[in-house]
Amino acid sequence: MTDTLLEIDRLSVDYETARGDLKALRDISFDIRKGEIVGIVGESGCGKSTLISSILRLTAPNTRFRQGEVRFKGQDLLQLPERKMRDLRGADISIVFQDPMQTHNPVLSIGQQMLDIQHRSKASKAEKRARAAQMLGAVGIPDPEARLDQFPHEFSGGMRQRIAIAMALMSEPDLLIADEPTTALDATLEVQIIERLQELQQEFNCAILFISHHLGVIAELCDRVVVMYAGAVVESGEVREIFHDPKHPYTRRLIDCDPGHIKERARVLPTIPGEVPDLANLPGGCIFRDRCDLATARCVEVPPLAKLKEGHHAACWLNHKEAAE
Amino acid sequence: MTLLDVKNLKTSYGPVNVLAGVSFAVEPGETYALVGESGSGKTTVIRAIAGLAPAQEGSVKFDGQEIRGASERTLRPLRKDIAMMFQDPVGSLSPRLTIRSLITEPYRIQGMKDRDLDAEAKRLLEMVNLPAHFADRYPYQLSGGQARRVGVARALALKPKLILADEPTAGLDVSVQGELLNLLNDLRERLGLAIVIITHNLNVVRHVADRMGIMYLGRLVEEGTTEAIFKDPRHPYTRCLLSANPEPDPDARLERIALKGEPPSLLKRPSGCEFRERCPFAQEICTQTPQWEVDNGHGLRCLAPLHQGRAA
Ligand SMILES: Nc1ncnc2c1ncn2[C@@H]1O[C@H](COP(=O)(O)OP(=O)(O)OP(=O)(O)O)[C@@H](O)[C@H]1O
Ligand SMILES: Nc1ncnc2c1ncn2[C@@H]1O[C@H](COP(=O)(O)OP(=O)(O)OP(=O)(O)O)[C@@H](O)[C@H]1O
Ligand code: SF4
Ligand SMILES: [Mg+2]
Ligand SMILES: [Mg+2]
Repeated sequence: MTDTLLEIDRLSVDYETARGDLKALRDISFDIRKGEIVGIVGESGCGKSTLISSILRLTAPNTRFRQGEVRFKGQDLLQLPERKMRDLRGADISIVFQDPMQTHNPVLSIGQQMLDIQHRSKASKAEKRARAAQMLGAVGIPDPEARLDQFPHEFSGGMRQRIAIAMALMSEPDLLIADEPTTALDATLEVQIIERLQELQQEFNCAILFISHHLGVIAELCDRVVVMYAGAVVESGEVREIFHDPKHPYTRRLIDCDPGHIKERARVLPTIPGEVPDLANLPGGCIFRDRCDLATARCVEVPPLAKLKEGHHAACWLNHKEAAE
Repeated sequence: MTLLDVKNLKTSYGPVNVLAGVSFAVEPGETYALVGESGSGKTTVIRAIAGLAPAQEGSVKFDGQEIRGASERTLRPLRKDIAMMFQDPVGSLSPRLTIRSLITEPYRIQGMKDRDLDAEAKRLLEMVNLPAHFADRYPYQLSGGQARRVGVARALALKPKLILADEPTAGLDVSVQGELLNLLNDLRERLGLAIVIITHNLNVVRHVADRMGIMYLGRLVEEGTTEAIFKDPRHPYTRCLLSANPEPDPDARLERIALKGEPPSLLKRPSGCEFRERCPFAQEICTQTPQWEVDNGHGLRCLAPLHQGRAA
């Protein structure tokens, strides 16, 4: 398959902790094609940030890769020498971290940081500076030229996020990974950034892996969606199918909880009762079983992530004929 | 009695005036939302209220007492009544402390030594739906949303009267977000807690806020009950903002009203109405300077206000 850009193949990752190994990712598989925009949604703590830091090999010291491959253009990134990995990061693959402070060095001016990331370019310093200012302007920062000399703490939360996005776009990557890049942006700017990302995708055929809790943004931006729960993929498919015909009870409950659906003022907002399983002491059977209102006797076995039709997968026994009997 | 009364608050960083006079008031038991453009000064407003950002002019009264520029001696006993939830969750937690120390730190700062801190830590974690064994973790071992919840637990530790919450649900999935908002609402009802919440999530605002203020370029441009503002936004900026909200439906057809041009420079504020250059509804009269006018509890800074039905 020549148009596949990134293949995550049966990836399992643990964190070693005092309470034993925390199984943060288990058997994760999905692909991203060239120029495709894929969204990841899932509850807080389900492993989204762990997944992307694993792709980039920027993991915490207590991380252990247990199994699987992460192939980028056919090459397993987990086997690549660190020097080659460094070359890939920021050139072929760019990232916008969940916490913009992870991108920005607090003691360097924004302008200096934007010059530094252009170290591969042969342009003169003045040209690089002009390009940095132009990128800041493109994400809606007023007075970009003057603001290059300011330090990260002198910008608002949303400005820091936009600067991180601008920096990630500078290298025109083949793959942009963005971890909740719009949480601090007002709705008008959020839409502007979505449009900017779509342009980028069209202009450079850049693929985007986009993590967000804002289902409205996912619906608007993404071609496909991967739904994660407690360290596993429970469903994946085209954005329309996921929103209109979800095949996993967790996906359905998640969508139902979105206050964006509730137009009348509600004092009590819907939630999914129960608790997320302890990843250091995994329960048997379906990972969602404790909280699932449709569970049956069959659910004490782990349901496979089964192909329901081309491009739509879900891990729930309800999609298997035998379960209905 | 009004719990928080902010009048004409002004903040400058050097030549840049970030807040150009912000006024609003919050009653006990009320939830007030501050929304508006990124960079319009929302975080600065609540940091200035809490004494964490400078405010060169204006007044901040808490329970009738002036606290702008007050001495540490005046402020110290108030610190337990005013709690802050920061916009940047991980950065606001000191990396070398365990979660147990972090969430019980307010007790130690207030010198409440007789508390059973282990029990308190357990109670607070439970309140924000985190397992008790998280007490032994360090901030870097948490996901973004878990760190956010630790910040919330810490803010609630001393049973404050006023919560200043900067994007408290950013980074939370919709279910955990619902739990957190239900928790705040419950505290508001039971303890008469007042909440000032900054959020970009308009779906959240609609459900939790009694009243809301919309900020643009360091000023409020509109204020009113949440219901009135969602039903009939009068200021063109408010109308544009509400129209942009992405819908959780890939087939939704949105009639967005786009802002024109770029956000203006704070170094040379536009003349006349400061929104004029970007306003899709601007009229000739808008070269004059609009004043803040209040009609029936609805505040507005606009010379050509919209009314229901007036199209783009
Ligand atoms: N270094 C670490 N050591 C131990 N546990 C960790 C570490 N980092 C993360 N975890 C745990 O691993 C799980 C997955 O975390 P991760 O940050 O990937 O979640 P996430 O899906 O990004 O969540 P959020 O939406 O809240 O950001 C969480 O339960 C978290 O507490
Ligand atoms: N310490 C500082 N020094 C200089 N300028 C600052 C400082 N803190 C904030 N500013 C500027 O003040 C303005 C308002 O920032 P503030 O953080 O209050 O915005 P905000 O409304 O909270 O935005 P966001 O929604 O993006 O978080 C911005 O232009 C910002 O760059
Ligand atoms: S497999 Fe069973 S428990 Fe799991 S989601 Fe499906 S019905 Fe629910
Ligand atoms: Mg995360
Ligand atoms: Mg802010």
